Amino acid sequence: MSTRLAKGGRLIDRSAAVEFTFNGRRLKGFKGDTLAASLLANDQMLMGRSFKYHRARGAVASGAEEPNALINLGRGAFMEPNQRATTTETFEGMEAQSQNHWPSLDFDVGVVNNALARFLPGGFYYKTFIHPRAAWKHVFEPVIRKAAGLGKAPTEMDGDRYEQAYAFCDVLVAGGGIAGLQAALAAASGGARVMVLEQTPFWGGRAPVDGDVIDGMPADTWVKTTVEALEKMPNVMMRTRCMVAGVYDHGYVLAEDRIADHTPGDGRPKKRLWRIRATRIVAATGALERPLSFAGNDIPGVMLASAVRDYVTNWAVSPGDRTVVVTNNDDAYRTAIALKEAGLVVPVIVDARTQANGPLPTKARAMGIRVETGKAIAKVKGGKRVTGVSLCMQAGEGAALEDISCDVVAMSGGWSPVVHLWSHCGGKLNWDATHAMFRPDATRPPISHDGQAMVYPAGAANGALKAADALADAAAQGAAAAGAAPFTAASAEPREEAALEPVWVMPQGAGYKLKSKMWLDYQNDVKVSDVQLAAREGYESVEHTKRYTTLGMATDQGKLSNINGLAILAGALNRDIPNVGTTTFRPPYTPVTLGALAGEARGEIFQPLRRSPIHAWHEANGAYFEPVGLWRRPYCFTRGGENHAQSVEREILNTRNGVGLLDASTLGKLIVKGPDAGRFLDMLYTNVMSTLGIGKCRYGLMCNENGFLSDDGVVVRLSDDTWLCHTTTGGAERIHAHMEDWLQCEWWDWQVYVANVTEEYAQIAVAGPKSRALLEKLGGMDVSAETLPFMSFADGTLGGLPVRAYRISFSGELSYELAVPASYGLELWEKLVEAGRDLGVMPYGTEAMHIMRAEKGFIMIGDETDGTVIPQDLNLGWAISKKKADYLGKRGQERSFLASPDRWKLAGFETLDGSVIPDGAYIIAPGSNANGQGNTQGRVTSTYYSPTLKKGIAMGLIKGGMGRAGDVVEFTKIGGAPVKAKVVDPVFYDKEGANQNG
Amino acid sequence: MANPVAPWGNAQFDGFARIREIGPLGMITLRVKRDVPGLAEAFAALGLMLPDPRRITAAGEKSAGWMSPDEYLLIVPYAEVGAALASLAASLAGQHHLAANVSDARAVFRIEGAKADQVLKKIAPADIDRLAPGELRRSRAAQVAAAFWQDGEGYTLVCFRSVAGYMMGLLSHSAMPGSELV
Repeated sequence: MSTRLAKGGRLIDRSAAVEFTFNGRRLKGFKGDTLAASLLANDQMLMGRSFKYHRARGAVASGAEEPNALINLGRGAFMEPNQRATTTETFEGMEAQSQNHWPSLDFDVGVVNNALARFLPGGFYYKTFIHPRAAWKHVFEPVIRKAAGLGKAPTEMDGDRYEQAYAFCDVLVAGGGIAGLQAALAAASGGARVMVLEQTPFWGGRAPVDGDVIDGMPADTWVKTTVEALEKMPNVMMRTRCMVAGVYDHGYVLAEDRIADHTPGDGRPKKRLWRIRATRIVAATGALERPLSFAGNDIPGVMLASAVRDYVTNWAVSPGDRTVVVTNNDDAYRTAIALKEAGLVVPVIVDARTQANGPLPTKARAMGIRVETGKAIAKVKGGKRVTGVSLCMQAGEGAALEDISCDVVAMSGGWSPVVHLWSHCGGKLNWDATHAMFRPDATRPPISHDGQAMVYPAGAANGALKAADALADAAAQGAAAAGAAPFTAASAEPREEAALEPVWVMPQGAGYKLKSKMWLDYQNDVKVSDVQLAAREGYESVEHTKRYTTLGMATDQGKLSNINGLAILAGALNRDIPNVGTTTFRPPYTPVTLGALAGEARGEIFQPLRRSPIHAWHEANGAYFEPVGLWRRPYCFTRGGENHAQSVEREILNTRNGVGLLDASTLGKLIVKGPDAGRFLDMLYTNVMSTLGIGKCRYGLMCNENGFLSDDGVVVRLSDDTWLCHTTTGGAERIHAHMEDWLQCEWWDWQVYVANVTEEYAQIAVAGPKSRALLEKLGGMDVSAETLPFMSFADGTLGGLPVRAYRISFSGELSYELAVPASYGLELWEKLVEAGRDLGVMPYGTEAMHIMRAEKGFIMIGDETDGTVIPQDLNLGWAISKKKADYLGKRGQERSFLASPDRWKLAGFETLDGSVIPDGAYIIAPGSNANGQGNTQGRVTSTYYSPTLKKGIAMGLIKGGMGRAGDVVEFTKIGGAPVKAKVVDPVFYDKEGANQNG
Repeated sequence: MANPVAPWGNAQFDGFARIREIGPLGMITLRVKRDVPGLAEAFAALGLMLPDPRRITAAGEKSAGWMSPDEYLLIVPYAEVGAALASLAASLAGQHHLAANVSDARAVFRIEGAKADQVLKKIAPADIDRLAPGELRRSRAAQVAAAFWQDGEGYTLVCFRSVAGYMMGLLSHSAMPGSELV
């Protein structure tokens, strides 16, 4: 029976009872409980099932290291799988469920795997399911996935909200135990900005449980006094429930703040991810107790000795009436003493050492507790609950000497400093043979940007396990981290403890049968026998063994199993532990909720959505949007029962025959000004921009240094020393950066300034034979062919609004583009719609724009180009100056393979049957290549149904280009016969270009 | 001619801090090197003071911010941008510079209240506690570029017009009651 004790419990508030459910059963706990404490208080020792064998599992620990007690919390939109019961606070109305069982926790059919355990050794999956190869993907993996797994993934969108926050400090102290608090005092005393983060809801760590006395006070009192002192300091920020998850380069730290985990529904964010820049980090992260490897050490009721002590002292929970303590050190005697003091029975302390005569064993004996030295546990009895143990000689092979009945086994194999934060950025470890633990090597710390140590381990995390040593170490490390003067540490009463004796297998001569019941990794069911088998099969590297056996790969990341596992491996390989080494410690320390990593970025603010000044009108008028970068542009505007293709067809015909409006606000607009601006643009564009007349427009191409076409657009000359360059929508920021790059890094002595005014203007294309009539209806400026000829612009007003009107055309029709300050963009659009009503004006979207330009044979960056195409490939030689000495890309285009006549070049294509060539199709060439793939001689780049011409049209690149005019070639078609098409002029519509002149 | 409209309709949100979209303000981006003769006088002619690096100077409704070694942000009443541009052109005639009206390219927000700083701490990787008096900080707000500075009981934040809706959503989320950092 596990139950609540009548007295005690330093963390619980007995006046505040909370009701919760576990697997639907209504249970009671107290405020201050962890879920594990509440469950144990209700005699619920069985909390889950293991991953592979579905073995019964209860809490083995009392904190973050817990591998077993993984619980599903909440339901629906608030469901959270794989929460550790040992770190989850019990709250009123909590709904908890156990995982990985079917049909029930008590009776689980998956436990059949357990019966087959001898057929499922380490590497079983790799060995068994390798043949036939195809079966893995289609048969084995789906079945194994169904059988395995712990928590279920939620099926609904998360109903909670999350956020992130940034913080800066000189010293970040991870851990709020006595070492962390002492280090914080030392660091803050000199005025440094200090943050202290503690993962649990309570300050003080283990010292109060262990009964330390500091500066003459009980540890609890010292902790309270110190926390109060720190809270009063303006340069110190303190947070509980905030776990330092990872340390990254240059003092970047992530911490998970559990704000409302324990108060769901109170309107606060559930979690917050702190993104911290710390100059130095003090890792006061304590130490974790190691299990001992004896047969049956995974049966519910076998717990860490420190955890048993925690449950009794912190939460007044008795894990059982009769507890056998098994240890290789003095510290575990504290558990026996605590149990005895709580009125519980300790039938025996089994000490693997041949002698135990320190103060703690002496005290235990004086209390009447039986101590058996040189003994071991041969095996634990019980299934879903411990019922007893068999004792044997530690030096022997496990012959039972005596059976003792008990319901709890408290084990201690010594302590391992929590070196995770030290190691995340490469801090190195030394093996301390005396204390059988890895501890930070101060001469090989993780290094920050300044070449100095970035992390300062302090207290138990630095191997100083006793309070007096921990406080002295923490004061020194805290002061050092802050660069502060030496700080006088608090003094703790000394604890005298005899040395532990490393025990990796119990008993030391155990045979296979016992070893195959000695669990190393509880969650993944990795046993001593599995690691030894891996060693026999040739796995020498600890990293390989980890992956082969899955040791330490569960959600607890081997906090309990790693050291024991590598000691077993070292033994099997007949090597020293330091020569085997550890696996890599990687962030996060414990799992961080994905919601916290996503922070605020979900729903409406998942991603910045860029809206043009006319966006709201589009939304209200049937726009179907497509993403263009972060912009949403109308693809088409649907009316009535139209499908998108019908809308696009209507928009094109209306523009070709009447007048259409396009929101072109997203086009990039870069002002280039200065005495050297003309020279600069002549270098950037392939043609000459310096000779452009004021008030005129010219189409230009930009290449990168390699010669490949990068962007295009219309350049206009505003004044003697000022040009305005239009870029593609996606090119605005990129080309701006390209210009600044060349100006700042290469031609820094040229007098040119660039300003990105893309968003200053709304830009509206008014296209179609009736466009001039529409502008004249608005009135305010002369837009006649004489005053405003093709490829010119004028400033003026239209409908009372200040506009710049460009006579440019991407559709091939008579066309104007009107730029207006963005604040007036919507007003101008609405005036055009209103004034154009009797002209039949309609908005058109990007798809109509694309098709109309293709009908005219105009190229599109991103369609006809893909980063491997030069302007010459696209028959754009006319836009490349032969006179200029240089331009970006000129030298590149002269390279042999770019100048080769064999390059694929632009041509138009018309299918013989009028159909549309599939997107992405290749032009088939005879024969096949060395890989047996069919040869190709070109590909389609733009392919549409042309509503104007009532047939499929396409542009593409083909070897020989327009020299192939008249040839009939074949395009690939997935799932059909090749499509025959004739090579034609890519200008399908209005070849003379008469329409754009109106 | 109707009045110019702010990109997000002067939206407001009241959380643990108050969020208001203000503007449109008159804004000019001025690219010029600091050692150009007459620069201080050109600012003075507009009633502005040339700001030191990373600072913004204010005079009544106008202010001048340092954006980079050769870029300034001038803020004037919306209706006065034309006159200000003309004044700059006259003051800096013959000197290499670029002055462009960017009033409509921007959205401007106020974050106000005793805890306004906490809103910024959630979205900008900047050490808000260590902002100097009159410091203009160019940074980012979550996923977009932003500049901000302290002004009275709160902060003024400038971002691009197209992401005004995103910014309003971001600031509102960050100012939700119950999500105070301290």
